[in-house]
Amino acid sequence: MGLAETLTYAWPELALAVGAMALLIAGVFLGNGASKHISLASVVLLLIAVGLVLFAPGTANVSLFDGAFRVDGFSTFAKVIIYLAAAIAILMSDRYLAGEELGRCEYPVLIVLAALGMSLMASATDLISLYMGIETQSLALYILASFNRDSRRSTEAGLKYFVLGALSSGMLLYGASLIYGFTGTTSFAGIAEVAAQAENNTGLVIGLVFLISGLAFKVSAAPFHMWTPDVYEGAPTPVTAFFAAAPKFAAMALFVRTLTTSVPGVIDDWRPIVAMIAVASMAVGAFSAIAQNNIKRLMAYSSIGHMGYALIGLAAGTSQGVSSVLIYMAIYVAMTIGAFACILMMRRRGGLTENIADLAGLTKTNMPLAVILTILLFSLAGVPPTAGFFGKWYVFFAAVDADLVWLAIIGVLASAVSAFYYLRIVWFMWFDDPAPAFERDTGPVLTVTAWGSAALMFPVLTVFMGLLTRLAGDAAASLF
Amino acid sequence: MIAAAAFWIFAAAAILSGLMVIASKNPVHSVLFLISAFISAAGLFVLMGAEYLAMLLIVVYVGAVAVLFLFVVMMLDVDFVELKQGFLSYLPIGALIAAVVVVELIMVVFVWAFPSDAELKLAHPAPTAAQTVADPDGPNNIEAIGLILYTDYVHYFQIAGMILLIAMIGAIVLTFRVREGVRTQDPAEQANRAKEIELVDIRPGEGLS
Repeated sequence: MGLAETLTYAWPELALAVGAMALLIAGVFLGNGASKHISLASVVLLLIAVGLVLFAPGTANVSLFDGAFRVDGFSTFAKVIIYLAAAIAILMSDRYLAGEELGRCEYPVLIVLAALGMSLMASATDLISLYMGIETQSLALYILASFNRDSRRSTEAGLKYFVLGALSSGMLLYGASLIYGFTGTTSFAGIAEVAAQAENNTGLVIGLVFLISGLAFKVSAAPFHMWTPDVYEGAPTPVTAFFAAAPKFAAMALFVRTLTTSVPGVIDDWRPIVAMIAVASMAVGAFSAIAQNNIKRLMAYSSIGHMGYALIGLAAGTSQGVSSVLIYMAIYVAMTIGAFACILMMRRRGGLTENIADLAGLTKTNMPLAVILTILLFSLAGVPPTAGFFGKWYVFFAAVDADLVWLAIIGVLASAVSAFYYLRIVWFMWFDDPAPAFERDTGPVLTVTAWGSAALMFPVLTVFMGLLTRLAGDAAASLF
Repeated sequence: MIAAAAFWIFAAAAILSGLMVIASKNPVHSVLFLISAFISAAGLFVLMGAEYLAMLLIVVYVGAVAVLFLFVVMMLDVDFVELKQGFLSYLPIGALIAAVVVVELIMVVFVWAFPSDAELKLAHPAPTAAQTVADPDGPNNIEAIGLILYTDYVHYFQIAGMILLIAMIGAIVLTFRVREGVRTQDPAEQANRAKEIELVDIRPGEGLS
């Protein structure tokens, strides 16, 4: 395939890279006064990228750049969700950044560049492109975490994220170099071939352990989750909203693609590792969140727990398991964005409030917000009619079908424990004495996002679950 | 013969300057010895036929990293008297760790199965004539890298460029501050001051009256 033809398949990434640079130049010339316009242009750019992904030319599955980059149903599914989540994150930030006098033109550009890194991750089929995708995304995220550079907590969050991220990259690279040493190739297809032929894969598995550690850090799965609560709490709230959605999906997609396409031959060796990470994450998510008073920290532990449930599907290792991970992550991203839209609406005079106690008696002061948040919390907990329940349902069924009944049982128990702290907030909102009311004027973006997300969780996705499962099933099938 | 002599000179210089990096009292001298070690290593690379790596070592490590070290060492006021306090109290445990490492090294060396000459030959077959004598008309190091970097590896090359761009944006976003009240020179404005300026031809010895 010639370069010109190759590039037609990489249109979304090219558009993001070139567009981000053009916006950066525009931002530098127009100054920070134009940051609002740059934000809007970035959102348009991301939506154009969604269009380019959906209406890609030619065959569905194609490998580019000597097997470094693959465009298939899986990457298409992941990229659409990543770009949409990034676009919504930019829209949700505008008002907050303007209020905190952080409205700078680099902010949306960095989110676009992070989205570029994430889409490279979703398409990576080589250890080198895997690492470079991760670094592109992470570097942009480190900067975003400390974007409020005059705040001690924000800079601390950025520094912590950077140092621990560098450590995890080191582990990932060490694992990658061991895998390369034992298989003699960096491409996933080549590794799979060597692993299938070799009699003894001990060296490969040792490398794989380090690789999995590095990837587990990126999805913030226990025991590599320590950074999450501090970074979520310290970073500016819209940045946290972004962190909790798109990067999680991208890292999980990369995790799934790496394990299912490069080392399916040694699944008996990596399945227990992934299963243990899943159990540990669910336990940390369920028990550590109980004692939290800060809602951003609570969401951090909640996301750790959710990664645990998603990893159950990966531990199954089947096509059904992969499709259940995609369903779970899609629902997770949608409800997390909604939950953070609600958190961004918890505004009193003098800024955002972050304590769970501030939500007390919300039904008496702000009924619409209370209803939205109740639906989202029910969905996060996985209570039956909501979409969150179906996500868990598919994951547990994939585990049972792969003879991992014990894992499914632990998952059910953990979700029962975690339901406690979600429902505790619902209790506060409905039956406690009211705290002072929040400001009503929060802008149309947050209201629409929150309503949209809540409507998706119940009843839209409940009704259209079949459509989502079909899309995820097609996407997963392209990996096998 | 000359190559062997050059090897011994560079190798000895590398080891000696490496030793001096940790032995010299003055940290500035340490950094200077570090630069000398880098240059010796670059010489060794040239002898191995890796001239591109040698240049990289000079440009990146000597040109950038070592200068940065020098900067940091000179800017930080390191008090060595304070650093050396507690040296004696930590000596026993330090000596213990050192002893353990030495014992481990000895054990490793004694169980090391040195391959016989025949085995060595098997593992590293004698290079063919084409491998030992570089083809004078063929691509050299840099050309060879250039030939694949912009073709087979163009994907990685471009991503690396994006990563560097992000790093640059980050450095500017996190540290750059627009300072108020700074008087900067504006050449265009200066040149346009024609009306306020009067050119006077002053004769020597008379001055401006």
